[in-house]
Amino acid sequence: MKKLFMVLTLACLMSPARALEPPADVKAVDTPNDEGSSITVSWGRSPQDQGDATVFKGYQVLRAENANGPFAEVGFVICGKSDFRDNVESHKNYYYQVRAIAFSDSSQAIAAGPATATAQWFDSSRGNVLILTIIICFLIIWYIERAKKGEELFIRKIQGLDAIDEAVGRSTELGKPIMFSFGLGEIKDIVTVAALAILRQVAVRCAQHGTELLVPNWDPLVMAAAQETVQQAYSEPGRPDLYKEGNVSFLTSDQFGYAAGVDGMMLRQKPGAVFFMGYFYAEALLMSETGHSIGAIQIAGTTAITQLPFFIASCDYTLIGEEMLAASCYLKRDPQLLGSLKGEDFIKAFLIIGFALMAVWGTAGYILNNAGNPWMMDIFQAVKNWFITG
Amino acid sequence: MKKEIPLAITFITGLIIIVTFFIPHQPLGTMQQRLLLWYSIVLGFTMLLGMDSLLRSNIRKIAKRSPGWPFALVLIIGFLGTLIVGIYTWATSESLLSLGSSFMYVYTYFIIPLQATMFSLLAFFIASAAYRAFRARTMEATLLLITAAIVMLGRVPIGAEIWDKFPLIQDWIMEVPQMAAKRGIVIGVALGTIAMSLRVILGLERTYLT
Repeated sequence: MKKLFMVLTLACLMSPARALEPPADVKAVDTPNDEGSSITVSWGRSPQDQGDATVFKGYQVLRAENANGPFAEVGFVICGKSDFRDNVESHKNYYYQVRAIAFSDSSQAIAAGPATATAQWFDSSRGNVLILTIIICFLIIWYIERAKKGEELFIRKIQGLDAIDEAVGRSTELGKPIMFSFGLGEIKDIVTVAALAILRQVAVRCAQHGTELLVPNWDPLVMAAAQETVQQAYSEPGRPDLYKEGNVSFLTSDQFGYAAGVDGMMLRQKPGAVFFMGYFYAEALLMSETGHSIGAIQIAGTTAITQLPFFIASCDYTLIGEEMLAASCYLKRDPQLLGSLKGEDFIKAFLIIGFALMAVWGTAGYILNNAGNPWMMDIFQAVKNWFITG
Repeated sequence: MKKEIPLAITFITGLIIIVTFFIPHQPLGTMQQRLLLWYSIVLGFTMLLGMDSLLRSNIRKIAKRSPGWPFALVLIIGFLGTLIVGIYTWATSESLLSLGSSFMYVYTYFIIPLQATMFSLLAFFIASAAYRAFRARTMEATLLLITAAIVMLGRVPIGAEIWDKFPLIQDWIMEVPQMAAKRGIVIGVALGTIAMSLRVILGLERTYLT
């Protein structure tokens, strides 16, 4: 028995170790849908690559400008991966080699090429976005044109916007100022542009009633736009003398510093009404709860989904998502602007019907697929995949 | 012309941004990044405007002895102190944020604790807001209270100890009704953003021009 064990052990030790197999089917192709600055190298994983980094290190990628070399390493890909994107100059031929690397061994290099990076004139992976954008824009413009012809358009009441007059009126009666915050929105955020329209309306009412308006800002560019908006709004009812530049001021670009500053202003100046319009993060509740504690009427509006529940809990009125973006149309009542809202509503109705149909289709497809008939499920998957952006 | 030129600039810029999303070829491919770079440069200069506004309004408060003027004084001292330490660190250290530098000391022992203090207040504000929102006065508030209680119990270990179905119900609430409502809002916001952008590009929305 002892002899047999020794023979088996020796046999194991003397048998040649299995050589590390190279990656298979190495390909180097121009990266699709880019500006012509990269080549994608792909390969089939070595049979020894089981995704275990303690056994198999990964793949060494080498590049040369001639088929005969010299090849130099341009990247290393960890085990389990089978492609590499190499940044190169456009319109130049490149050759590649890929070698599998284990801890004790490396495979022979497998070559591919030549490959040339070229720029594309159209990103085909975004074709679905282009088609949907064209349809949506067409519908919105079509409804705007219909509105131009004088068609009567209905818009439902938005309580948060109707309450602007009430809030300004109450503050005036109490002899208290009004505060307006854009949160941490930047001027390039569309929600900040929408908030400027609301600020304009608030400022006009403040000028009419002679009420002080305070606008502390987090972003200096938004501050500059707000100063212009408020100044212009005060001129509309003929009260430019009431505009004070110091009331539309910059506080800080630090998130919690801004919240502390706004809270401090609220506690010292006790505004009768506070407007939170724009994009907010964690500071939303810090500010709105302070506003609630001083008994101010609070009207909030944001597209930040994570902060909406906080505003709903602590403010008197909240503009939810798209209501905020519809504010300028609602306040101006311009038929062309209302037309764009109508177009938006039409697309929403279309989407709701589409979702309902696809839900029914997908459920039926799942049942049929389980019964061995996959055609409905295949169509469902094809439609779903079409909507996934590349 | 005062209105037409800005409208033309907006229209052309908006169109370029849309086109560059679909065309990766140069020079359009990197145009969006380039415009964002310009935006950052403009933003850097407007920071000076911001500092001017901050200092002027607070110096005015101190000069007029307005209510709360000592806070304005603290702000001015803090601003100048940080600026002086920053300039000193910039002149003497490799980087403003290098470990052991004076500016890093100010950042670590002044700014971070102040930020953390404000952030920690959020816990108390969440409790007070939740108390008001969950008071069972109406049908909706009662529903909200029950749902919130289930979600909270489903997310803590003691919930599963009380009833092993709490985590499952919590998962269902978060993944089905909550997710459906959230996606509804997201789709509305996306369509609203497209419509608003179109109104800005076509010149129908001119509020930003004042």
